[in-house]
Amino acid sequence: MTAHDRSLSDRPLFQVQNLSKYYGARIGCADVSFDLYPGEVLGIVGESGSGKSTLLSCLAGHMAPDTGRVIFDTALGPRDTVTMGEAERRRMGRTDWAFVHQNPRDGLRMGVSAGGNVGERLMAIGARHYGDIRDKSIDWLGRVEIAADRIDDRPRAFSGGMQQRLQIARNLVTGPRLVFMDEPTGGLDVSVQARLLDLLRGLVREMGLSAIIVTHDLAVVRLLADRLMVMKGGHVVEQGLTDQVLDDPQHAYTQLLVSSVLQV
Amino acid sequence: MTAGDYNFAYLDEQTKCMIRRAILKGIAVPGYQVPFASREMPMPYGWGTGGVQVTAACLTPDDTLKVIDQGADDTTNAVSIRKFFQRTAGVAVTEATAEATIIQTRHRIPETALTEGQILVYQVPIPEPLRFLEPRETETRKMHELEEYGLMHVKLYEDIARHGQIATSYAYPVKVEGRYVMDPSPIPKFDNPKLSDSSAIQLFGAGREQRIYALPPYTHVVSLDFDDHPFVASKAAHDCDLCGAADSYLDEVITDDLGGRMFVCSDTDFCRCRRAAGHTGRLGAPVTASRTVAPPPPPSPTRGEGGADPDLSDPGASPPPCGEGLGVGGHRHDIKETAE
Amino acid sequence: MIEIRDLCKSFTLHNQGAAVIPVMAGANLSVARGDCVGLIGASGAGKSTLMRMVWGNYLAASGSIRVGTLDVATAQPRQIIRLRRETLGYVSQFLRVVPRVPTLEVVAEPLLNLGMPADQARDRAASLLARLNIPERLWTLSPTTFSGGEQQRVNIARGFAHPYPALLLDEPTASLDAVNREVVLTLIEEAKARGAAILGIFHDEAARDRVCDRVVDVRTFMPRAA
Repeated sequence: MTAHDRSLSDRPLFQVQNLSKYYGARIGCADVSFDLYPGEVLGIVGESGSGKSTLLSCLAGHMAPDTGRVIFDTALGPRDTVTMGEAERRRMGRTDWAFVHQNPRDGLRMGVSAGGNVGERLMAIGARHYGDIRDKSIDWLGRVEIAADRIDDRPRAFSGGMQQRLQIARNLVTGPRLVFMDEPTGGLDVSVQARLLDLLRGLVREMGLSAIIVTHDLAVVRLLADRLMVMKGGHVVEQGLTDQVLDDPQHAYTQLLVSSVLQV
Repeated sequence: MTAGDYNFAYLDEQTKCMIRRAILKGIAVPGYQVPFASREMPMPYGWGTGGVQVTAACLTPDDTLKVIDQGADDTTNAVSIRKFFQRTAGVAVTEATAEATIIQTRHRIPETALTEGQILVYQVPIPEPLRFLEPRETETRKMHELEEYGLMHVKLYEDIARHGQIATSYAYPVKVEGRYVMDPSPIPKFDNPKLSDSSAIQLFGAGREQRIYALPPYTHVVSLDFDDHPFVASKAAHDCDLCGAADSYLDEVITDDLGGRMFVCSDTDFCRCRRAAGHTGRLGAPVTASRTVAPPPPPSPTRGEGGADPDLSDPGASPPPCGEGLGVGGHRHDIKETAE
Repeated sequence: MIEIRDLCKSFTLHNQGAAVIPVMAGANLSVARGDCVGLIGASGAGKSTLMRMVWGNYLAASGSIRVGTLDVATAQPRQIIRLRRETLGYVSQFLRVVPRVPTLEVVAEPLLNLGMPADQARDRAASLLARLNIPERLWTLSPTTFSGGEQQRVNIARGFAHPYPALLLDEPTASLDAVNREVVLTLIEEAKARGAAILGIFHDEAARDRVCDRVVDVRTFMPRAA
């Protein structure tokens, strides 16, 4: 199946049903539901404290939700990842899923070379041929525009943008089907952001990736996300087609959010 | 203070029970690090407090104890631990590998093959093989639980990327019975093959880290590697200069300021027995039963910390017999007499 | 191909005292295959609003907007995404692209999204850019640095890269010189000839007269003052 065929599938890759997470009496996120189809990119926006990061953590299995189901279409059919065993969930986190952190330091091993960082997921799923692992690492460094001669350098020696690209290579090397991204362009300067966005768009298209991107940057979601979900106080206040939500927002909060953006 | 003031083998019986439970659990789950309530011992951490506690929990009055440090019976660490148990347990001691029922070791496995009924106790500084790549203990435990060992290969990958080969030469990680990845303590990787399918019980004690783990007899132990960079049990490409052995692990010894050096067996008992049997290396003279000591007393090895100090080995000590079993307690106390 | 029935639209400004501004009521319109319909009416009469509603960019309050077999007014986002990828093209007045992406890639992107092999997609993009007189030395640069007319032509090339069965054209000939205007009008005629249904806004009357089969005055869709 090509990436394009996959993106036409009528079966959701990822289904979230009535997901809630409370911190004591405080709401983390409440009653969130959505479907994500193969090849779709979903943006989640909202101000700090709106619950978007809590939601992402629950979706990616880093945090257990209080209620709700998070169903992923695994090779063996749809499975609720909330109730599946931890071993299986973590294995999925290394194979079908990927997570790109805002801070590359959280997603990379800073003491390990670029090649080792990219190779880790391969070795984690059983690759035991050094030459093959290295070839794959070089290939992926190339795909994220890092020169092959940097393969033995540690991430410390890389710029912020390179670190973020390295983190993406490290995550995508095992060909995941769903990528979670937490502010992937946060902390990068504008020109570096643009390069990263272009890269992500190309990879999403070529690999038929589905992605869930949490950000507060509306420009980023406009360029990357097919669909948009707006969160406030732990609730989803509006969702729809990205350009429709941004150009014809229906909810008061979304209107405020959109009108608050500085025009360039 | 006399030895009578101590319980047998220093530790109180309850503590020994606790440690034995940990040992039994370790033997039941080969390679799994069992937490235990490590006690303060009358020696600093890093001097074998974990091994000493395991040995103390295993010792019976009928045991014969051998203690080695980097293969040598006569270095500080080995001598003091041996004296400690002579004093607190009054057990027989020996330098002959074949005679010992319990061997406490720091960083070596004896060259002489171990036999059923023997216990080899390793002193372990850092029991967690994943530690240097994943500092979070909660995470490494989870990784062991779920058999997520990709990270171990990342370490080997880094070796090859940096040095062109797997440069890890000691504390080389192994997989036990296809399940747990284990740090074999800082033994040279030359010794790794001896871990597998050994007739003896192998126990590992980490005092500061409060962990005990074990390999029951005939446990299958595999050194991790890559298909295209297979594990090699390497040693210096020389023969022992004293006994001529080609297949034993060697220490490099600097003999002068002019670049002079020699290679000698790190296992002193093995080397001495070979010389006693008439084998001679490049610089060696055979040791005879008439107490002749080899001409150049081996100076400190350059390799490893806590190296041998020749002054501590009493040249007047009568070397224990080689090969044949002794069976007479008195002889085994030779060392005790000379050491005092 | 495009069927609009009883379409209404209003904006609710929640942050300005929840003012409700009705902008369209009872709009009816249809564009058949091979037809080109021009929207006319003064600025602010709702031409762009109507176009955006067909594109799915603005939500309809009520009514239906059928493009092919899909009712855009009630469709799921993913259905609209698929519609835009396969069926409905849109040449807007403004170019909105990821900075730094070369012009050739910008034009080829709709084809790549449809799964066309990269070399074929680039060949097709190159021929359109050449036809629209974008100098080849600019193809590797990002269009964000181009002049208004150049950006407009890049936008047109992108909109015509895939032979969409339906096309929305918002001022396609504005800010173009005579030569390029002619190229664009020829492109439109070719699209009609292959059966595309086109809905457009043309302020250029000569152009409108040449390509449009009918014009519709959107003022008739304005809600009557209450």
